[in-house]
Amino acid sequence: MKKINTPLDLNVIKSLRVGQELLLSGTIYTARDQVHKRLTEAIKASKALPIELKSAIIYYCGPTQTPKGQVIGSCGPTTSSRMDAFTPLLLAKGLKAMIGKGSRSKEVKAAIQKHKGVYFVTYAGCGALLAKSVKSAKVVAYSDLGPEAILKLEVKDFPLIVAIDANGGSIYG
Amino acid sequence: MKKIEAVKITKAVTELVKQASFFLRSDVLSALRKSYAVEKSKWARTMLKAILDNAASARKEKLAICQDTGLPVMFIQIGQDIVVHGNLKVAINKGVEQGYKKYYLRNSIISDPLNRVKPRFSPCIMHTDIVKGNKIKITFLPKGFGCENKSQLKMFQPTASIGEIKEFIIKAVKDAGPDACPPYVIGVGIGGTADYAGIMAKKALLRKISPNNSKLEKDLLRQINKTGIGPMGLGGINTVLAVHIQMYPTHIAGLPVSVNISCHALRSASVTL
Repeated sequence: MKKINTPLDLNVIKSLRVGQELLLSGTIYTARDQVHKRLTEAIKASKALPIELKSAIIYYCGPTQTPKGQVIGSCGPTTSSRMDAFTPLLLAKGLKAMIGKGSRSKEVKAAIQKHKGVYFVTYAGCGALLAKSVKSAKVVAYSDLGPEAILKLEVKDFPLIVAIDANGGSIYG
Repeated sequence: MKKIEAVKITKAVTELVKQASFFLRSDVLSALRKSYAVEKSKWARTMLKAILDNAASARKEKLAICQDTGLPVMFIQIGQDIVVHGNLKVAINKGVEQGYKKYYLRNSIISDPLNRVKPRFSPCIMHTDIVKGNKIKITFLPKGFGCENKSQLKMFQPTASIGEIKEFIIKAVKDAGPDACPPYVIGVGIGGTADYAGIMAKKALLRKISPNNSKLEKDLLRQINKTGIGPMGLGGINTVLAVHIQMYPTHIAGLPVSVNISCHALRSASVTL
């Protein structure tokens, strides 16, 4: 299986094709519903963002609490389509890749193609399995959101499938 | 009159939380194994293997099967000849909170749905029923919301055909598509009122997956699996593991049908005290 590392090189992104299985290593950020709302409000108000969006990879995930002695709890993907309304703006601001589960809107697909990004899916409903690929986790913003806070994750060989590629191809047709 | 201390109920609920969250139901596991055995497509096999590996990891590492440890739903059957010493509802919510904290589950509950801050572990939703006898049966169903979001209700005309009802149920699964972690278990409530049909649809998820199904359930299972959505929506012959229907008498003017979808991580546990 092909291995890729962060930050994702533009040529690497362009070479990815729908249906390709990959193992990702490097830095990713968790962000889901409320974070997307806050980031969007901050962008619209021209305020500083708590993370650098340029070249970033966002993982739609809100893990459980971290058990004693572990790096992270169960940490699978949440439904990506809930983030659709916010995604084109984030892609325009430099976001390069998203990891989640399920289909995306036409608008997101078009924005991925326009900004040369990529949408990955990972094993859905498999949070205990995916926890093994996370090597460290740290809250970096919006801690008041609890499990929805932004976490900076260091991952090693995190399993991905290319679901929408930079050429506009989609695994869901 | 038999008596039971509320503290005993709290303790039992704490254990139910652990049981349901770490150990996938044995009937769900066998259904997933059967699906894996018959799937031929590469993606379906990869996904089902990941799901089975995940269940094994959760069990071994004492990690939640899914990070969405659900909105805690409790079905409580209270024998009419038993007296609870203390407050039953408080005792159950205390058990939920203790269990979620102790086993490092997720605080996914927002007190004010319109002002979404400070997620907590409770309160749970309780459905109570009065039954014969002197026992209390508590069933815990942590319902993940990726799939709960795909629930549907339709108030049919009383003259509606079975075909129209089937079409609605199949369409609800197609609408969920790849988003809510297929292969699904589909709970359907037919009859009663709008609210009661919803409760029946959810209760239907508690029924053990087995070959003993009605003709309507078998027909729906076959037709839904023909959609080809497949495990995690990447194609395959297993879109649903089971279709379970509950019915109740209804009014001459109506025909409520509710569909409650569960992801493959269908978790529940029961205790009788």
